[in-house]
Amino acid sequence: MSIDMEQFHQVFFEESFEGLDIMESGLLNLDLGDVDDEDINTIFRAAHSIKGGSGTFGFTAVSDFTHVMETLLDEMRDGRRLVAQQVVDVLLGSVDCLKEMLIAIQDGNDIDNSSVTEYQKALEIELNGNKEDAGAESVNNKSAEEYVEQTSVKNENEQGWNITFRPHNHLLKTGNDPVRMFRELAELGVLKSTVDFKDVPDFFDLDPEESHLSWKLKVVGDIPEIEINEIFDWVEGDSDLAILPLIEKNIETPIKTSPQVQKTITPQQTETNNKPEEENSFKAETEIKSDTKKKSKKRAKETANTSSSIRVDTGKIDTLINMVGELVITQSMLSLVGESFELSKLDQLKNGLSQLERHTRELQESVMNIRMLPISFVFSRFPRLVHDLSTKLEKKIELVLVGENTEVDKTVVELLSDPLVHLVRNSLDHGIEMPADRSAAGKPETGTITLEAYHRGGNIVIEVRDDGKGLNKDILKAKAVEKGLIDEDAVLTDKQIYELIFMAGFSTAEKVTDVSGRGVGMDVVRRNIQSLGGNIEITSELGQGSTIAIHLPLTLAILDGQSIAVGDERFIIPLGAIVESINISEEMINRVVGKGETFRLRDEYLPVVRMHDIFDVKTVKATKLTEGLVVVVDGHGMRCGLFIDDLLGQQQVVIKSLEANYRKVDGVSGATILGDGSVALILDIPGLVRLSNQ
Amino acid sequence: MAEEAKQIDIDEAEDKKIENLVQFLSFTLGDEEYGVDILCVQEIRSWEPVSRIPNVPSYEKGVVNLRGAIVPIIDLRERFGIGHLEYTTLTVVVVLQIRTESEQSRVMGVVVDSVSDVIDVDKKTIQSAPNFGAKVSTEFINGLASVNERMVMLLDVEKLLKLDDLNDEDKR
Repeated sequence: MSIDMEQFHQVFFEESFEGLDIMESGLLNLDLGDVDDEDINTIFRAAHSIKGGSGTFGFTAVSDFTHVMETLLDEMRDGRRLVAQQVVDVLLGSVDCLKEMLIAIQDGNDIDNSSVTEYQKALEIELNGNKEDAGAESVNNKSAEEYVEQTSVKNENEQGWNITFRPHNHLLKTGNDPVRMFRELAELGVLKSTVDFKDVPDFFDLDPEESHLSWKLKVVGDIPEIEINEIFDWVEGDSDLAILPLIEKNIETPIKTSPQVQKTITPQQTETNNKPEEENSFKAETEIKSDTKKKSKKRAKETANTSSSIRVDTGKIDTLINMVGELVITQSMLSLVGESFELSKLDQLKNGLSQLERHTRELQESVMNIRMLPISFVFSRFPRLVHDLSTKLEKKIELVLVGENTEVDKTVVELLSDPLVHLVRNSLDHGIEMPADRSAAGKPETGTITLEAYHRGGNIVIEVRDDGKGLNKDILKAKAVEKGLIDEDAVLTDKQIYELIFMAGFSTAEKVTDVSGRGVGMDVVRRNIQSLGGNIEITSELGQGSTIAIHLPLTLAILDGQSIAVGDERFIIPLGAIVESINISEEMINRVVGKGETFRLRDEYLPVVRMHDIFDVKTVKATKLTEGLVVVVDGHGMRCGLFIDDLLGQQQVVIKSLEANYRKVDGVSGATILGDGSVALILDIPGLVRLSNQ
Repeated sequence: MAEEAKQIDIDEAEDKKIENLVQFLSFTLGDEEYGVDILCVQEIRSWEPVSRIPNVPSYEKGVVNLRGAIVPIIDLRERFGIGHLEYTTLTVVVVLQIRTESEQSRVMGVVVDSVSDVIDVDKKTIQSAPNFGAKVSTEFINGLASVNERMVMLLDVEKLLKLDDLNDEDKR
């Protein structure tokens, strides 16, 4: 074990989490009435690979726990167990528990043993409960066994072996033929066999490539055990096998063949038997190196947490490769033109350059595309959430997901999940009414929550819709007055009333539940969305339901910007922050306390921020407000007018970090590289407003 | 055995001598000669116009686009208070790079008058920077080395590149 296993851990964790997701969605999709074998197989496979992986890496707790789950799933898979809601719930809980264990290991924390044992117990209860049933079933088998016993009792002094051989269904596909094996057995001694047909399905369900028979074999003769084992060597993993000597049984009690004492070699048991050894050796090895290893482990962990990876559709990479190929062709064409350039080749050059431009743009697009993930990464967790919560709240809710394949930047996807969870929980708890109330209101008992994602312009829009009771404007307003947030006689538009929901500490819920109602959530949601450069709005109709729409930029790495001139310098204002640009006249300007300049924009008085002063730009140009332009900007609800010299043009800019090599600069959120290779700073509007207040 | 041991000693001593040699890139600022650890030098470029950063000390000239990375440019003359020199096409920018604790590299360009030489300095012969009290700031100087009878001031690149700490005291 000289290989450093740490390097594979990250992959293992990623795969395991993926596996857990598969198990979860598989379990949720199980149709209890009519279970599809393939579904259970999928769940089983996921559990099995987690078990295998964790065993390899020495995460004993995980592999042991998964083993119990796997056994349970195995029984379900073989049809030995009915798929009941209770079992599914226990398994779902176990999946959660497993996830926590893995996260704990990944972060280097201790595993919460109490919850692990709790679920392990629950699983074992399920398993054992089944054993009793199975015991009842196995009574049928007894008759056959007894027959064997009886026959063996007759020949008391016979030497030989009793073999119970029950191949798994796929045995024949592995290329093993029981008949051939029996022939070999017969060569060793006198063979007597009893076939058990009870597992053979109806003729119409019969798959001729599967084996459904099992055998009780008796070989009489002085045969060493090793020879018997050799014959069954190849099928050990693919069958349930029990080999017992005849003679021993005669010496001891004759009821030796009872299933409990049989040395049944099932594949699972061989695995568990081998595993502790592996783990011990692994542990011993780590202990020797404990000191140095611990340090490196720690560091590895730190990097593991910071480095993140992304799974990319191969199709996207193929497009990228094609694009690069085209680029190379264009490049070689251009260099050919350049080698012996004459004026007659000007058209060729122009052509080449425009091709180059097109390819570069396409290349940029497809590289950006790699960072794009389908929104289903976020949506996929909601079926579970809704399933759990609706059971808890005793509501009937159907979740509809629309536009799951809409693609968003990876960063957005990651930061989006928490706000969305909050919104869905809100809809569940406050939006959808109890079934009785719903039918009283003439609506179907089952409420619907729709999660929809779609593109609109350069934005992605995510909507959380419910057909619940909607927002009651009067109650909202009354509550706001009660909390002193607004005046009693204030006149508010619908939009302004809904805005109240986003205020900290605002809640209309009659009682606080553990689901929601504390009034802390919505302002956090809005802040999160705003930090992503997006906004959130509510529309609602009393009794019909409400819709919360989140508008987000497609990516955080590229921004639509307006470049402006201040003196000789150029800056970029995020286009989203600009409300309007105006030329102001002398009458609009007012002074506050002789210094602060404000101007009137329709009904509002807005402060003027002189970019020249605040950024200390040396300029000979405009110093009078009427000579330049005023750009009205909105930074987190604070409006002001930026006084600049000129608007230059709109363009998409790639955001570069200033902090990577430099540091944070007040009023600047980043930098970008303009077409001529020079650097322009991107203005941070809220920061600028703050700066101007100092 | 004893001889063998001796031989090993000598070998080790020679190894140590090589180990002790450090290479510096030397450059001038006015009449003074400075050196930076050559392993910190990423490249040497000529001066090109920068984009100014608002509200920072005057020696932080601004940022440039260095193959897609935004890199700050600092005027060492102004930083050390030797007075400003007009930038010409001959003005040199030494691009320095260090790895920070978090394994990320940090790049910065410093404007100097001219680059002179690569010098080998024995670690042992490096003299610590003299203390002038508060009168002269020697905080960036790691030590002094003598090369061909000239004094070269060896700069602590890490301290030089740590802009965050400096700003509070020097903010205009």
